[in-house]
Amino acid sequence: MSRQVVITGLGPISGAGLGIEANWEAIREGRSAIGPVEAFDASGFDCRIAAEVKGFKVRDVVPKSYRKATKVMARDIELAVAAADYAARDAGLKTPGTHPDAEPSYASARIGCHIGSGLISADINEFTGALIEAKVPGGTGPGDFDLHTWGREGMNALTPLWLLKYLPNMLACHVSIIHASHGPSNTITCAEASSGLSVGESLRVIQRGKADACFCGGAESKVNLTAFAGQETIGRLVSGDDPAAVRPFDEQATGMVIGEGGGIVILEALETAQARSAGKVYARVLGFGATQTVHRPSKNRTPDEGGTSIAAAIRAALREAGIEPDAIDLVVPYGSGLPDYDRAEAAALRDVFGDRLAEVPVLNLKARVGNCGAGAGAIDLVIAAKALHEQTIPAIPNRDQPLPGFAPGTDAPRPADLRHALVYSTGLGGQNTAMVIGKV
Amino acid sequence: MSTSTKPENRIVVTGMGWVTPLGHDLETVWQALLTGESGIAPISHFDASTFPTTFAAEVKDYDWRPYVDDPAWHESIGLNTAFALGAAAQAWKMAGLDGFDRLDPHRLGIYLGSGEGTMDIDAYVPIDIDAWDSEARAIDAPKWATMIKPRLSVDREVEQESNMPLTHLAMEFDARGPAYNCLTACAASTQAIGEATEILRRGDADVMLSGGAHTMIHPFGVTGFNRLTALSNRNPPEDITTASRPFSLDRDGFVMGEGGGIIVLETLEHAQARGATPLVEVAGYGSTADAYRITDIHPEGRGAAAAMRDALDDAGVTTDDIDYISAHGTGTKENDSIETRAIKALFRDRAKGVPVSSIKSMMGHLIAAAGVCEAIVCALAIRDGKLPPTMNLHTPDPECDLDYIPNTARETQVDVCLSNSFGFGGQNDTLVIRRV
Repeated sequence: MSRQVVITGLGPISGAGLGIEANWEAIREGRSAIGPVEAFDASGFDCRIAAEVKGFKVRDVVPKSYRKATKVMARDIELAVAAADYAARDAGLKTPGTHPDAEPSYASARIGCHIGSGLISADINEFTGALIEAKVPGGTGPGDFDLHTWGREGMNALTPLWLLKYLPNMLACHVSIIHASHGPSNTITCAEASSGLSVGESLRVIQRGKADACFCGGAESKVNLTAFAGQETIGRLVSGDDPAAVRPFDEQATGMVIGEGGGIVILEALETAQARSAGKVYARVLGFGATQTVHRPSKNRTPDEGGTSIAAAIRAALREAGIEPDAIDLVVPYGSGLPDYDRAEAAALRDVFGDRLAEVPVLNLKARVGNCGAGAGAIDLVIAAKALHEQTIPAIPNRDQPLPGFAPGTDAPRPADLRHALVYSTGLGGQNTAMVIGKV
Repeated sequence: MSTSTKPENRIVVTGMGWVTPLGHDLETVWQALLTGESGIAPISHFDASTFPTTFAAEVKDYDWRPYVDDPAWHESIGLNTAFALGAAAQAWKMAGLDGFDRLDPHRLGIYLGSGEGTMDIDAYVPIDIDAWDSEARAIDAPKWATMIKPRLSVDREVEQESNMPLTHLAMEFDARGPAYNCLTACAASTQAIGEATEILRRGDADVMLSGGAHTMIHPFGVTGFNRLTALSNRNPPEDITTASRPFSLDRDGFVMGEGGGIIVLETLEHAQARGATPLVEVAGYGSTADAYRITDIHPEGRGAAAAMRDALDDAGVTTDDIDYISAHGTGTKENDSIETRAIKALFRDRAKGVPVSSIKSMMGHLIAAAGVCEAIVCALAIRDGKLPPTMNLHTPDPECDLDYIPNTARETQVDVCLSNSFGFGGQNDTLVIRRV
């Protein structure tokens, strides 16, 4: 019999706000975080909107002794470090990061860390400021870039620790250092499935007794020129500057917008959470599933039309939870607004829930906080856990003409008897993950 | 011995394959390692002649196409995926899965530790330079966006994601079970094997493909490591083949390699039921974090020693049972002395009696893909009773005073091995590989 695992701390960071209270209030009341891009002049792109994290300085969320290390943090790392701080404080977890002078809640070796991340873009101004040192008309590299000059002296314009800002495992490594988590540590890089897979891995690590508590989730920022260009090239972004253009599971859906952010949740073994008198338990983690899409016609870049592997992940999570689809009262889906994905997910959800789908709230958060990539699934899980805890269904955005089987969106939150929530993700590359959580 | 001996809980390797700087098939590479060959040569992927480091261990004369069912699914791939496909096809065939039609696709999973693909340097670099506003010391964003868009390709943008080797293997082998890619820097493919083992132990799959693939031998990968002063600079042409010198006093950094390795893992029960030959058992796995500094390993190798100890405990063996340690052994000043210290802290009186070697002295450091190749070496060492040497070890370092199998392979009985991988940033993973 494996150990029971619960969620005791929620640390979201998104365009909707910093920490659980700000995020929950914005999501509950149906406020969109999507607006004109402020990080750079986006007028050269077809899509000129995003959901950006604002009012945030990483220096405010690290111990004084760690401020120097913020110099080697890319934006993605900053977001994860902040989310971990919010989550640990929300859980009342004492670590050297949250309570430098107090006895820690757990021995270091009993805390794990599983944080998903994406492909981190180098700061284009820093990078080009160095490249320009090797600009020679008709150089030996592409364009006027001269590899010889670069190799000899140009590269010295980059700070010696440049590479360390951009390694995807640095999210987990910084969080581990700040909070002295010496237990199992991993970095999962499966696009938008990264957070869900990371939380699932923490679940397994705690179940098998290799840790008692874990920092888990993910974070990413694609709000930069390089990632914007990449996503627009792949054809994923909506055109224009209307925030309401993101319409998951709506007949008029045309694409997604980029968000930045993510979340860390604190998972704990129920027994050790009780032993340390953890203040609150948001939800019980009951089931988890992971599958892979195989859709050769699209080179696995979109799901198969039936969403069969998405449905298989959901069924695996339900099976482990030991519940029927009828016991699910809230679904937080991938729900990107990408038409191919929406249709596949709709087929999967109709397959799992049948006609009852029209009665189940399907809360498509990407219409509020954009697609936060490797961080997306963590925000979804955070909001699902909070909704269970509050027994409240937030407003459901931008669905006036729902796909067959779905209920339309709603303008206001409503109280409800929520027993279980289903959170699932898929993503570019076709990894699928699903988790079932239950109210306490 | 093992905490569990039930066939459904014992996880075995039934197939192995690799594409490395020393060759593209299991036996060729193994023989090269036993005879101490070097895969290192001047970098050919780009003109590195003025770089602080001009050499690397590149995969040579390799074509992925003969290994796949339908090249059309994979035409757009990067080198990392190309390496993974070739390695996986070898492992698949060796495991007897070619033509085996009783595998449920939903029970076939993949857990890789692969690195990212290479960014589209030829598209980005000239536009970055042309859109630079030298007065503002910043990119002119609208100009950049307008210029870059016609230059980018969907394929290049998609294929640089680090989960692409995973997704292409899924297409190739119709694998629909649990699917993960982890990227814990130089520890990634060791961690992948450990976690794949855990998935099988839980009963969530019948067969897992695991391992990894990676290359960072491109101008900005080399730049990144050169700026960290992590690479050997032994550039004189007569020195480069011997530039990777783990545990030697005159080591001056690691040598970049590239490639991929894939193994087939399944429960002993499943292997026996289908008549497959189990090669070795993955008996133990440990994962820890140094949680010390981003730039340095803990000076006493705290996390490394803990990972080794956890792997031993997981396998139900003690340090007395270990016949060989496949070291992380990168050839940097810091790693090799600290890894030595960690081994000594754990093995105590026995430390000097356990043979340790680093194949990175021959094939360079395959970064995310290094660990799986070292796990394969452990399996072959057990099969053949032969240990690969640490080459280029002529100048003993007082801080590295273990038995590193210097310069010549050794014949001996090998039943239980440790395989270490330690990532930049402090994620540490160790496997126990044991005779079945």
